Amino acid sequence: MARLYPTIGLEIHAELLTKSKVFCTCSAEFGGEPNSRCCPVCSGFPGTLPVLNHTAVEYIVKAGYTMNCEISRFTKWDRKNYFYPDLPKAYQISQMPRPVCLNGHVDIKTSAGDKRIRINRIHLEEDAGKLVHDDYAKASLADYNRCGIPLIEIVTEPDFHSAEEVCAFIEKIRLLLKYAGVCDCKMEQGSLRCDVNISLAEKDSAELGTRAEIKNLNSVKAIGRAIEYEIYRQSEIIESGGRVIQETRRFSDTTGETTAMRSKEDAHDYRYFPDPDIPPIIFTEEELDAIKASLPEMPEARKERYMSEYGMKEADADTIINDKEICDFFESAVSAYNNPKSILSFMLGEFMRRINLGEMSMETLKVKPEEVARLIEYGDTDKINKNNYKNIFKAMLETGKTPEEICDAENYWVKEDSALLESVIDKLIADNPKPAEQYRSGEQKVFGFFMGQANKALKGQATPNAIREMLEKKLKG
Amino acid sequence: MDFKNVTLSELRSLLDEKKIGAEELAKEFFGEIEAKDDKVLSYITVTEEEALAAAKTAQVRIDAGEAAALTGIPLAVKDNICTDGVRTTCASRMLEDFVPPYDATVIEKLKRDNFVMLGKTSMDEFAMGGSTQTSAFKKTKNPYNTDCVPGGSSGGSAAAVSAGLCAAALGSDTGGSIRQPSSFCGVTGLKPTYGRVSRYGLVAFGSSLDQIGPIARNARDCGTILNTICGVDPHDATSRNVPADDFNAKIGAGVKGMKIAIPKEFFGDAVDEEVRNAVMNAAKEYEKMGAQLIDCSISTLKYAVPAYYLISSAEAASNLSRYDGIKYGLRGEGRTFDEMIRDSRNRGFGDEVKRRILLGNYALSSGYYDAYYRKALALKQEVIKEYNEVFEKADVILTPTAPSVAYKIGAQDNDPVKMYTADICTVTVNIAGLPGINTTCGYNADGMPIGMSMIGKRFDEATLIQAADAFEQQFSPVRCTL
Repeated sequence: MARLYPTIGLEIHAELLTKSKVFCTCSAEFGGEPNSRCCPVCSGFPGTLPVLNHTAVEYIVKAGYTMNCEISRFTKWDRKNYFYPDLPKAYQISQMPRPVCLNGHVDIKTSAGDKRIRINRIHLEEDAGKLVHDDYAKASLADYNRCGIPLIEIVTEPDFHSAEEVCAFIEKIRLLLKYAGVCDCKMEQGSLRCDVNISLAEKDSAELGTRAEIKNLNSVKAIGRAIEYEIYRQSEIIESGGRVIQETRRFSDTTGETTAMRSKEDAHDYRYFPDPDIPPIIFTEEELDAIKASLPEMPEARKERYMSEYGMKEADADTIINDKEICDFFESAVSAYNNPKSILSFMLGEFMRRINLGEMSMETLKVKPEEVARLIEYGDTDKINKNNYKNIFKAMLETGKTPEEICDAENYWVKEDSALLESVIDKLIADNPKPAEQYRSGEQKVFGFFMGQANKALKGQATPNAIREMLEKKLKG
Repeated sequence: MDFKNVTLSELRSLLDEKKIGAEELAKEFFGEIEAKDDKVLSYITVTEEEALAAAKTAQVRIDAGEAAALTGIPLAVKDNICTDGVRTTCASRMLEDFVPPYDATVIEKLKRDNFVMLGKTSMDEFAMGGSTQTSAFKKTKNPYNTDCVPGGSSGGSAAAVSAGLCAAALGSDTGGSIRQPSSFCGVTGLKPTYGRVSRYGLVAFGSSLDQIGPIARNARDCGTILNTICGVDPHDATSRNVPADDFNAKIGAGVKGMKIAIPKEFFGDAVDEEVRNAVMNAAKEYEKMGAQLIDCSISTLKYAVPAYYLISSAEAASNLSRYDGIKYGLRGEGRTFDEMIRDSRNRGFGDEVKRRILLGNYALSSGYYDAYYRKALALKQEVIKEYNEVFEKADVILTPTAPSVAYKIGAQDNDPVKMYTADICTVTVNIAGLPGINTTCGYNADGMPIGMSMIGKRFDEATLIQAADAFEQQFSPVRCTL
């Protein structure tokens, strides 16, 4: 039997970062006391009507542009009808035949090279609420806070053939949506959710195999694991002569396996029809141009600019743009102190090291970019010794104090006072007659020993240059 | 007081000239309700306490000389229009105990005028029907003959106006639900242009067709109420901002030179001869007053009833899905939520509502959508086109409002198709989103009222009121003897 080849397509749901919900004025913020962020409209009370939030429309158009989509000049909303306790109107307002965005593409990088993934469509819809199952009380409780939060659904073509490609794509989508400022992409909070459709067939087979849809994937890692598992599961079935059935499966993070949720036979007939409460939107060229113009600089453009303007290496540029929060921090720091090279070197070093160690995270970071900018500037202008970056930054992280406060308190400022330097070095040479003698007899390498000792004794209160000059002068005596 | 004839303008003078206080006026109407409504059964809920409190506030405003058009005026409201703190049942077991936490936009506007709400009137369950006999609570009778239906679905409002149990009322019209009961009960009812009045707070039946409107003793009173309740609403994206200073502004201008089109399809065999004759006589009256009659054709009329029932039932099936027993309303039983939802809906809805839900879901289901719903939408475009063509040469269109006068209660109970067919004269107006007004044009041999309808151009309610008023000025209404 020829090797089985997976074909994968994705449906990605992203919650938009609008202040209010998509069809009412309730807050669209995450969380909150159950049912504290809902009103008669989003709870589906009789007689209420939805009114479209135009910021949500603007955001989906932005998302569409970042993924090279065509924006439909005429777009409208439909009702998707089904009963479920978390859906108060018993229909979801969504888009069927006329989505806002069509026919886009996103390029990804994988170990096998660059690849273009086609986007079939992106449409705007409302999120449903949440059910909380209380086993103790043997009850299910409905929380409607999430009802009506604007959601975009990104549907790809079945262009993926490995977990690696899928994961690279999700990371890229996260980057694009975050840079566009339309979604915070927190998979663990559900603001970005992904369903995976996967089937296996012999390579170059004209027909695709029967697919399974995998739900409940709440991290990129889980997506990768679920795909690997599903490839294994379906291969086993096919290779042992069985048939894969079309069904929806749920991935479990604990077992790393997928289990059946419902089969195709249980599929709903959603009875889509145009929602009579929401007039269609007809975009003018001017409106679309204005939205396009309001898009912030996207990662690729930033990367190009860093390489051409700052002379950044491609690998460094990739690293810094790859996390929007870090990159924004870098941008702000550079605008406070125009020395991208020094700032980059600090951020790729000490800054990212602490993030990678898990000692700090961008979400909870209290240190301001201007403070880091000043710290680097002090180092560059010999106001502090660069060897003290580590200690000062650590103190900034821990205490939330400014670099100035820390340098004042810990005496990190470089002193103009050469008397102090001279006395420290005199004492050092007097305390170490043997190495001093070695130096004078031509053993250059002991100079490093004196530098280190002097640095330590001075706690960075003199610059390395000053120390070196003084040492050379005194040792040669 | 002559409760059955007193008009809003007369009440306005009585109140402003302090000939009667607002509280006293409300009390007098409650006296009438007390005395007669056990025969008419027009109110589901009477809100005496709230009304007297509202009347007291209204009186302060009247005393200050700051009365608005409807300050202190006692009105009834159809029970599918949400009223903050006052239960709104839609005449359904499903919402028997439902108390809305908000006011419909029209109620907000009326409250801004300090109107006095006497109560909530009966209707066909969820406005589905033309007899008010599908009401789960009050199967309203026709005040002219209590063996007959008052029409529907706004039968409670029309009967209450006719019997003098309120000064005027709000109804809603999805396929004739203001105009047909107005016709059966011998009063005037106006269905505004779609988008003229906010639907926010009107419990949805057919969202693309529904419109709230006034039922009153004459066209001028309808205009007065429309002046207050109209206007674009940020809570209803289908409401339109089409300015209108005063819908009564053209009253008194007469109909000289007005072009009135008579579409032949509305006068076929499906319409009783006595109705045809009465409407044609009215047409002749208009001609005498100087109007010009024009023959015209609305050839799509033969498809209008099926198209209307497909569109309205499809929308209703979706709109009524929210009644699942989870958030409000009747809650059934079951071991799973599926069972509970099924039991809630089975117990909460009456047969007619269930029939429409089945019809609507069938029309929307995959494989049938193109054959039914899509075709109905295509027909809607054709109907709009035909009306546009007629309005290129006519100012208004004159038709019967219903094929017959009010029929005996029970006469159509077992024949839904016959009942649906009776909507033939009114549904195209909703499909095309046009304004329509019913006013009485005669009485049959048994003394039952016969109504005629005039259909206007989009947002041209003023001309309808002008034309209806012109007829009313030379017509002597015979009020019910109840």
